Amino acid sequence: MLDTSRTNNQLPALPGVGYKPQHFAEILEAPGPVGWLEIHAENYMGDGGRPLAQLRHLSERFPISVHGVGLSIGGEGALDADHLARLKHLVGWLNPASFSEHLAWSTHDSHFLNDLLPLPYTDATLTRVCDHIDQVQDVVGRRMLLENPSSYLAFAESSWSEPDFLREIARRTGCGLLLDVNNVFVSATNLDFLPQGYIDAYPLEHVGEIHLGGHDEDTDDHGHPLLIDSHGREVVDPVWALLDYVLDRSGPKPILIEWDTDVPDWSVLRAEAARAQRALERIPA
Amino acid sequence: MSVSQTQFHTALLDPASAVPQGLCDAGAQPAGRRFDVYRNNVAVSLTEAMHQAFPVIAKLLGTQNMDGLAGIYLRQHPPTSPLMMFYGETFPEFLAGMQQLSHLGYLPDVARLELALRHAYHAADSTPIDPQVLAIDPEALMAARLEFAPAMRLLRSPWPIHAIWRFNTEDDAPKPAPEAQDVLITRPEYDPIPQLLPPGGADWIIALQGSATIGAAYEAAAEQTPDFDLGATLALLLQGGAIISLTEQGQDNEPTRLDP
Repeated sequence: MLDTSRTNNQLPALPGVGYKPQHFAEILEAPGPVGWLEIHAENYMGDGGRPLAQLRHLSERFPISVHGVGLSIGGEGALDADHLARLKHLVGWLNPASFSEHLAWSTHDSHFLNDLLPLPYTDATLTRVCDHIDQVQDVVGRRMLLENPSSYLAFAESSWSEPDFLREIARRTGCGLLLDVNNVFVSATNLDFLPQGYIDAYPLEHVGEIHLGGHDEDTDDHGHPLLIDSHGREVVDPVWALLDYVLDRSGPKPILIEWDTDVPDWSVLRAEAARAQRALERIPA
Repeated sequence: MSVSQTQFHTALLDPASAVPQGLCDAGAQPAGRRFDVYRNNVAVSLTEAMHQAFPVIAKLLGTQNMDGLAGIYLRQHPPTSPLMMFYGETFPEFLAGMQQLSHLGYLPDVARLELALRHAYHAADSTPIDPQVLAIDPEALMAARLEFAPAMRLLRSPWPIHAIWRFNTEDDAPKPAPEAQDVLITRPEYDPIPQLLPPGGADWIIALQGSATIGAAYEAAAEQTPDFDLGATLALLLQGGAIISLTEQGQDNEPTRLDP
């Protein structure tokens, strides 16, 4: 369990965007409603050069969220100590407003597979994930947020629902949660549950950040809709509606727009952030 | 039925293998092509990473061939680190081992050049010396030693890799002629620049990297290249901000630096 005296930093309850280097100048000139930025930790683990210089500059102007995509917290093997040390170094240097990672695995037998791979929700997984989160929070020296995945399939062996699983992880480790509303919508469509029911069961009190992103549409072998979390387009209307459902229950939260492939012009990304701003403004006081 | 990460991992990298039992849809039917989403994510993201990392190789081979090679490479050499900025470290050796590509003998060295450019891009920052630091008594200068920027890289090739790189990245670059080329990469600010070294330049720099004095390094270079032009190589280094300290004899522990 984490010492909560170390959990002082926080993102503002404003729209943020995933930072892309091609937007550097425009973000500084015309941030619009964007109040904070998120970076993928692994892109800033070089020794120097432009990436770190830009990040240093941006961090003087915006709160930064460090979002790891490579720690493999759900991995069956031990966490990569070198990678954990790099995270500690980055977080120590930057002192970001937030640090988050995924309920997923990506490394096995020293192979890094560059994708967020799914986990069975069993007691054994729960114990392992909690041990790894304890280790991360201990080494990095601060509370982390854990993000719910997009699911394309289920494990027959799972014995926990995802919201209960996340609630129990937060209870055991003291970590916070990153609620990806698009991931809930994608998983709900793919695995036939009601996204509102997921939110009703989800421990919103632990949410430190919300993610929104675009997805692609496909079908499985039986013609069942299969949504794919691609981060390559606008957030769809049903996901904005689900965001309203969340915010009505959670109150204002930091909301990130993720757009990682086919990255658009800054004006397009800023317009998505403006829509998130309107969602925050419509929350009844 | 439980699915281990070993089973998942094996099936992920081998598209011909069966989807592990125990993975299903909401109705408990086998996952089938739902599993292909993960296969596809892995293959597409790593193939894209190779295109970004080796744009000149991709241009030389063509997009389709590069896609095919990246697919073979990612299965034989999956990344071993979450730092995708350095994915493809073993690609030059992989290319050298591909018999179908043996007629394009320069490919591995062009890939090494692209790797070196990426390493230079992410290397630690450093402060170059003021060229005035070199304006000392010539004898003292010859007895001094130089330290280079962490972003500096040196490549030697029996192929015209600098000319090939230019021909595929710049408009109006001349067609490469068959010759051996030594390439110096410097990073004056944030963008690495590959430049052709004059004959003997690489010998001189390598000797300096081995802690030789400027004079001893000159002798080593001139032995191979009697008309070695020290001034031309020194100018490339200075313009690229690649020299970060000069240590005069007897000052071994206190390099001369001009702090900004």
